[in-house]
Amino acid sequence: MRQGYCGRVPNALAVRGLRKRYGSVEALKGVDLEVGEGELVGLLGPNGAGKSTLVKIAVGLVRPTTGDAEVGGARAGSRSARAALGYLAELFRFPGWYTADEVLELHQQLAGSRGGAAERARLLELVALSDAAERRVDGMSKGMQQRLGIAQALVGEPRLLLLDEPTSALDPVGRRTVRLLLEELRRQGVSVLLNSHLLSEVELVCDRVTILLAGEVVAAGTPAELSRARGVELETDDGVRTIPGATREDAPRLVSEAIAAGRRVYGVRVLTSTLEDTYLEAVGGETD
Amino acid sequence: MRRKVFAVVILLTAVFLFLFWLANHYVFGQLSQITPPRDVNVDTRTFAGAFLTGLAMFATLFLGVVLAVFLTIGVVSGDAERGLLQPLVVRPVGRSTLLLSRFLGAAGVCVAYVLFVYFTAMVITGLTGHWWPDRIAWPGFELAFGVVIVIALSLLGSVVLSSTANGIAVFMLFGAGLVAGLLGTIGHALNSHAVKQASTITAWALPFEALYQDALRMITEKTSGLTGFLLQLGPFGGAYVHGWGIRVWSAGYLIVVGAIALWAFSRRNL
Repeated sequence: MRQGYCGRVPNALAVRGLRKRYGSVEALKGVDLEVGEGELVGLLGPNGAGKSTLVKIAVGLVRPTTGDAEVGGARAGSRSARAALGYLAELFRFPGWYTADEVLELHQQLAGSRGGAAERARLLELVALSDAAERRVDGMSKGMQQRLGIAQALVGEPRLLLLDEPTSALDPVGRRTVRLLLEELRRQGVSVLLNSHLLSEVELVCDRVTILLAGEVVAAGTPAELSRARGVELETDDGVRTIPGATREDAPRLVSEAIAAGRRVYGVRVLTSTLEDTYLEAVGGETD
Repeated sequence: MRRKVFAVVILLTAVFLFLFWLANHYVFGQLSQITPPRDVNVDTRTFAGAFLTGLAMFATLFLGVVLAVFLTIGVVSGDAERGLLQPLVVRPVGRSTLLLSRFLGAAGVCVAYVLFVYFTAMVITGLTGHWWPDRIAWPGFELAFGVVIVIALSLLGSVVLSSTANGIAVFMLFGAGLVAGLLGTIGHALNSHAVKQASTITAWALPFEALYQDALRMITEKTSGLTGFLLQLGPFGGAYVHGWGIRVWSAGYLIVVGAIALWAFSRRNL
């Protein structure tokens, strides 16, 4: 955990008591969330849970009804907040007649980046699009456009990256590329808020996970904290027996007791719930 | 899509200019055969030239407005729906700069277009019929200014309306302005106070129409006598609300509409 900076260094993203109402629909009902420096936080939840609304408020696309959102200590939506972040929208498009290189050049101008051609080449290589630098967006597959979108979000070396479903249009190889990219960004100290439906992906790369349901945080913690112990499974000559509530620390004792009782022990397995189990439990089985 | 719009506009413009040359060719070719009664002192060349130039100005305004609307119809709502806007808006450059740059881009294209069509049509009439307007440049600038106001209205509409609704709204405003202008001409011919007042109110409410009418007025502002009177009775007769008052009002109107558009865009959820 990278929290607890005693207030000296502001969080990359800090959201407090955030509420958003669209007419009669309350999309967010007082959400608190923090993304520390260099931290990779996953945002999970079914459709309509308020994930995209939260991300849009953080990048200044949507105004909150009440509550605060700050990016690096600056009010979300302010110029300094926008200068500190990179954003990949869930649904986005680039002008079809632009080449990949021109898209990045445009965003360099908008972001005030002085990275020039070297930065563009590095970003295109990072998302495995070096060979497509001069290809027009219209001629790219959805997956290529998605990767170009990620490269666009990284223009100007943002301190905070907000990715809304970055792997939704990618094949397994593309997903792996993004996963490796996220790990590289973490090594570089870039903070990331990752909004994704892919639980396994979030579990693999995120330091912490927040689960939203109907505009409220229903679970939060590290993947390890959220993957609770479900018991120990003991396989003996008497069959397979599950001891609910037992943990890894109980395993040696349980084996000793079984042997003392005259049983032959063939195997012992500590059972833990996956993030998927926790997620389904948290959202009450709601599906998209 | 925008490339196709440009192609259509260029094609329509070429067709219009050709037809306009053809009309000039036939009208001025047969001018000598038009003989008004002896006691009716009408300058047929001026009448024909002013009428044709007025027609060209109407077409110029119409084509300019079509171009303006299609360039700005979906700048906010349309681009946001397609996901083009969000990656740009989150950049430090900000919403106001983006909207202003879109306004300036559209205004640059449309002003150049309107001036090109206006001056080309004027040269066609001048060379074919040997008639030139009383004022050469100002009418063109006023037409262009009118189109710039339509651009501002269309941008404001794109912030608060969907693309389709915005397109309908802007063209309805344009149509309402034209109808009010024609009604004003009829009102003055009939000396109807109510019709004249309605036309005047519309001219101030939709100053692009007033600028168009003022531009029409200027092409024959030195034409007097029966020729001038007959021209004023026609559909291209010109304004009764005119001069620096409406020009200053139009500038203020443009600033206010632009400010409202910027304010609404700054608060819009995307």
